[in-house]
Amino acid sequence: MTEIVIAGLVNGILIGGVYALVALGLTLIYGVLHIVNFAHGSLLMVAMFAAWLLAEKAGLSPYAALPVVSLGMFALGWALYRFVIGRVSRGEDRAILLATLGVAVVLDNLFLTIFGGDTRQIETDLTFAMWEIGPLLLSVPKLIAFVVSLALATALWAFMARTDTGRAIRAVAKEPEGARLMGIRPDRIFALAYGIGIACLGAAACLLLPSFFVSPHVGNVFVLVAFTIVVLGGMGSFPGAVVGGLLIGVTESLGGLVLGESLGPIGISLVFIAVLLFRPTGLFGAAR
Amino acid sequence: MKWLALAILAAIPFALPSQSLVNIAMLTAFSAFLGQCWNIAGGFGGLTSFGHAVFFGTGAYTGAILQTRYGLNPWLGLPAGFLLGAAVGAGIGAASFRAGLRGSYFALVTLAFAEVFRVLSNSTDFTRGGLGINIPLNLSWQNFQFADRRATYAVVLALLVLATAAATWLTRSRFGARLAALRENEDAASALGVDLVQTKTLALALSGGLTAMAGVVYAQTYLYIDPTIAFGSERSVEMLLVAMIGGAGTVWGPLLGAVVLHLVADISRNFITTPGFAPMLYGVVLLLIIALLPQGLAGLWATLRERIRRA
Amino acid sequence: MLEVHTLSKRFGGLHAVRDVTLSVPKGQIVALIGPNGAGKTTTFAMIAGFIRPDSGTITFEGHDITGLRPDRIAEAGMVRTFQITQPFAGLTVAENIRVGAFLRTPSPRDATANARAIGTTLGLAPFLDRPAASLTVAGRKRLEVARALATSPRLLLLDEVMAGLNPAEIHDIVAMIRTIRDSGVTILLIEHIMQAVAALADDVYVLAQGSLIAQGPPRAIADHPAVIEAYLGRGAAAKLAAHA
Repeated sequence: MTEIVIAGLVNGILIGGVYALVALGLTLIYGVLHIVNFAHGSLLMVAMFAAWLLAEKAGLSPYAALPVVSLGMFALGWALYRFVIGRVSRGEDRAILLATLGVAVVLDNLFLTIFGGDTRQIETDLTFAMWEIGPLLLSVPKLIAFVVSLALATALWAFMARTDTGRAIRAVAKEPEGARLMGIRPDRIFALAYGIGIACLGAAACLLLPSFFVSPHVGNVFVLVAFTIVVLGGMGSFPGAVVGGLLIGVTESLGGLVLGESLGPIGISLVFIAVLLFRPTGLFGAAR
Repeated sequence: MKWLALAILAAIPFALPSQSLVNIAMLTAFSAFLGQCWNIAGGFGGLTSFGHAVFFGTGAYTGAILQTRYGLNPWLGLPAGFLLGAAVGAGIGAASFRAGLRGSYFALVTLAFAEVFRVLSNSTDFTRGGLGINIPLNLSWQNFQFADRRATYAVVLALLVLATAAATWLTRSRFGARLAALRENEDAASALGVDLVQTKTLALALSGGLTAMAGVVYAQTYLYIDPTIAFGSERSVEMLLVAMIGGAGTVWGPLLGAVVLHLVADISRNFITTPGFAPMLYGVVLLLIIALLPQGLAGLWATLRERIRRA
Repeated sequence: MLEVHTLSKRFGGLHAVRDVTLSVPKGQIVALIGPNGAGKTTTFAMIAGFIRPDSGTITFEGHDITGLRPDRIAEAGMVRTFQITQPFAGLTVAENIRVGAFLRTPSPRDATANARAIGTTLGLAPFLDRPAASLTVAGRKRLEVARALATSPRLLLLDEVMAGLNPAEIHDIVAMIRTIRDSGVTILLIEHIMQAVAALADDVYVLAQGSLIAQGPPRAIADHPAVIEAYLGRGAAAKLAAHA
């Protein structure tokens, strides 16, 4: 019994690493643009299809495809903000929320039209590979995903803290008017930040693919997970997204273990509701 | 004049020769009803909900369980569904508004509530889990099952009139004025004596109760429901789309929105029949509306009328 | 009519309001003045129920209203306006005022009639059916007062209704406030400009850095050394005295 719990715990932490990467993109977009990006799950789905296509049609391993897909997603995110979300919404909160919902509806159904509703998977040499440590069996692709996700999270943090571009983004996040006076153009920074947030999804998709399925509906699976992590960690908080990601990974894994396959997913929704109702600032967030 | 025209338009389906045309009219009226239900909270109250399926599903399961488990007459599903839907709305509303949730946070919490209900209905025997509930076929009007789609249309039409009357009441009553004030500026409304939690909660309860009746009608028409049909997010999105495209916060917006969406669906079906194509177009229409007509089609209608009057 | 006793509020390490005690007698105009950041608006927000005080009590017509919600306080008969005007932008001017009028009548017809009458009295007649968003600054200030008056308050809390107005507009609004007082409404107002207060107030409280530093009739307040220092800086009173 203990072994099953420990295995569940470890498995949860591993998947939580990728969740953290997905949530980092979301929290970055919220922290800088102050918008709730409801299209996040759908854009992850797009990235997963991109990685799947590269694997299936070009024979490219998802790990090799990671830089390409991330770069492509950055471009897609940048263009999406520049030409759709930024234009359509005119800066009104409700319009932005509905615009990101509109993008999600279009993307989900576009991929449903093209690929149909089937779920797809790829098999790499590593898909079923296991690594034995004492009594524990670790899935190798999940372990790789965990390590690379945390490495990318650290790199993103360093980028935000150490580079001029990162500082400019943080300046705009804090004081858009002040940044404008410094010669920074907030609209460019917004598109850039949105692009970086979506690029995180490109990396996450490539790391998920060897151990996860793809379908046009897969975004729905992730959107609530990602928002739960972000509100749990505190909207806009980087460390919050990482810790929240790990906590939610464990919650999901142990929830499935304790409550069973069909009732297990309720854990995440309940955590989300509880945080919003009782501690809306999350674990690491400042008062909003 | 306007009323007469509307009454004639609404009566046409009763004279239609084919059941499939009547079916299209019924589905359009059904969408309009759902859109109007969403509009009462989301349009007039500015309570943007992403999870109205929670009410739809509550109604669908209430009607189905009352007759299959307890042998009650299916017509009782309508009042029972209304009451339970309103209770769920009051519960979600009181909890969320007391906690000060608004805007995007409220949208997300409604989505989470719908997901909780979906998972619960998917995993308890009381709702027959993922198998869903079959309602035995027994066509008779006493049993709220109709062989003729025109009868279903009549029921949906009556509900649509009811919801539209509620929306009209919101444009005239004290309650509606208070709701609009809260939508526009919460601090100013509170300062003028408007009880924020109570007003918003009542609006969500009214909207939820009406939405649940749509769920009851759905179950009686298709005689089968499961957790995804009842609580899936597609229903929530459809309701929001109809209201937003037609014009949130206007009485006639949801009717326009429903007609446009069904026209888009029926025309696009002639070109591409793959699932997902029509909903994709809805998403495109939503983006266009947000960008070009924030007041929806009803807003366009009002602007045009103003231009004609001046010209 | 309104008694505020040792009211205090901290924001983090900052003591925004410290032990403020003041009293507003029925039928008078009482002013709360002070330099920017003195804690006037925080005090006001606490009286009107928008911010919960850390300590102290607020009594209105003999009832303890400390910590009540704003809508309950409005119902009790005390209504505030906002310094940064908060119109219901999507509604017309008449509809804005009607929200206030609905506090005393459930009938849409009566509320509309009341709202239009009050709007007309306050000089908003030409704009009643226009969107509130189209009003000028002076118009918005009037709308704030009209909405509050429509709730038939016995005590009106006016938060810098003159800020941002030109001298002619200030002259008009001073006359308007007097008319309101003469109709039987007690008034507590916040002002930044001392000259306007001198023309209106029966009694003045001066707030600086969160604490009351003086109280009295306007003429005495203008010469009070502590007040001059608060407005003009340390040592200013002595310098002025030396020049005189």
